[in-house]
Amino acid sequence: MDTLNFIVALGMAGAMAIMLARLFAGPTLYDRVLAANSFGTKTVLFLLVFSAIAGRQDAIDIALLYALINFVATIAILKFFRYRSLEIALAQMSLRRAVEGEFDE
Amino acid sequence: MNWVEIGQNLLFALSVGSLTLGLMLVLAGAIGVIRMPDFYTRLHAAGVTDTLGAELIIFGLILQSGDWQTMAKLALVGLLLFLTSPTATHAVANAAHRAGQKPDLAHFRPKHPRELQDPEAKA
Amino acid sequence: MVYGLGLTAVLVVLWLVLSGSYTLSGDHSILLVMTVVSLAATVGLAVRMRILDRETVPLAPLLPLLTYWSWLGREIVAANIAVIRLIMKPDVDIEPRLVRVPVDLRSGLARCVFANSITLTPGTVTVDIENDGFLVHALDNSFTAPEGFAEMALRTDVASDGKREEA
Repeated sequence: MDTLNFIVALGMAGAMAIMLARLFAGPTLYDRVLAANSFGTKTVLFLLVFSAIAGRQDAIDIALLYALINFVATIAILKFFRYRSLEIALAQMSLRRAVEGEFDE
Repeated sequence: MNWVEIGQNLLFALSVGSLTLGLMLVLAGAIGVIRMPDFYTRLHAAGVTDTLGAELIIFGLILQSGDWQTMAKLALVGLLLFLTSPTATHAVANAAHRAGQKPDLAHFRPKHPRELQDPEAKA
Repeated sequence: MVYGLGLTAVLVVLWLVLSGSYTLSGDHSILLVMTVVSLAATVGLAVRMRILDRETVPLAPLLPLLTYWSWLGREIVAANIAVIRLIMKPDVDIEPRLVRVPVDLRSGLARCVFANSITLTPGTVTVDIENDGFLVHALDNSFTAPEGFAEMALRTDVASDGKREEA
């Protein structure tokens, strides 16, 4: 079983390498964000398999935390590149969208 | 061979199968992210790994682990990925769409051998 | 009140799963004290912010949603196989489509579940959300059958809001 776990971990590392290639290649910002998000998902899986190989419980906690941070980071990056600021609150976002002429609610 | 051994072997086989399948799905999604021609189509390839691949690998690890706490934590990670990954995917797609990025709606099909030899010829 | 109790129960279970200690004796008794303190703070804040309602603590539609998930799981597996086939073909042979899916759902929860289900099914991604429809990008024109979307919408509707009175 440990052999298979090791193979799965290697496969995750390979998939992460491919995601890094897409991250560097671009061509648009959104490709990079997508690659970063997908890279995070693979990191979570890698951590889980690592915890099974090394027999360390705490790696699962780290994976849990990483999944949460990955999600928040994706949203934060997208928000920053859309509004060029992280200080805009949710209520002001729809207002600003209305001012910019893409009002749709 | 008594029933306990049969059950253990069954669990083992199920775990191996689910881990292998999950690994193949994740790798296929990664290859798709490299191969697909346009941003929106790459989104679909990444979605493959985020849904079934991750859940299968987590399911395989749950079957391996012995104690209830590890199982519960793994299931929690799986639930979290299941809930957050579509939201993140939609956020990326929506941001790209709002930023005015147009999806490429052409029909990508394999090139005819004649086209490969003569790049000037139109199909 | 019911929502507050439900939130408390969920948080207690979460704490037990994450910490794994539930005895007062031993050197972990400080953990149990911290449990009570953090639980009280979290639930108190949630009550004070008035965010406890049907959407943040979805306990009533929990069982229908679980049955819906089992149906969704089968859909996801089927769509995964189709997408993998398209991706792994030696030559890329796809026809991406951007389609508008009409949406007539009764609550925000149902709309949210429907949009997430579309995104979760490989091959289709919700790109934009409008009042009476979703803009959906599909990897191939074989994913854009209106019947499939209609069935999914019907199931989300029943799962999150119960059966409609009028036929």
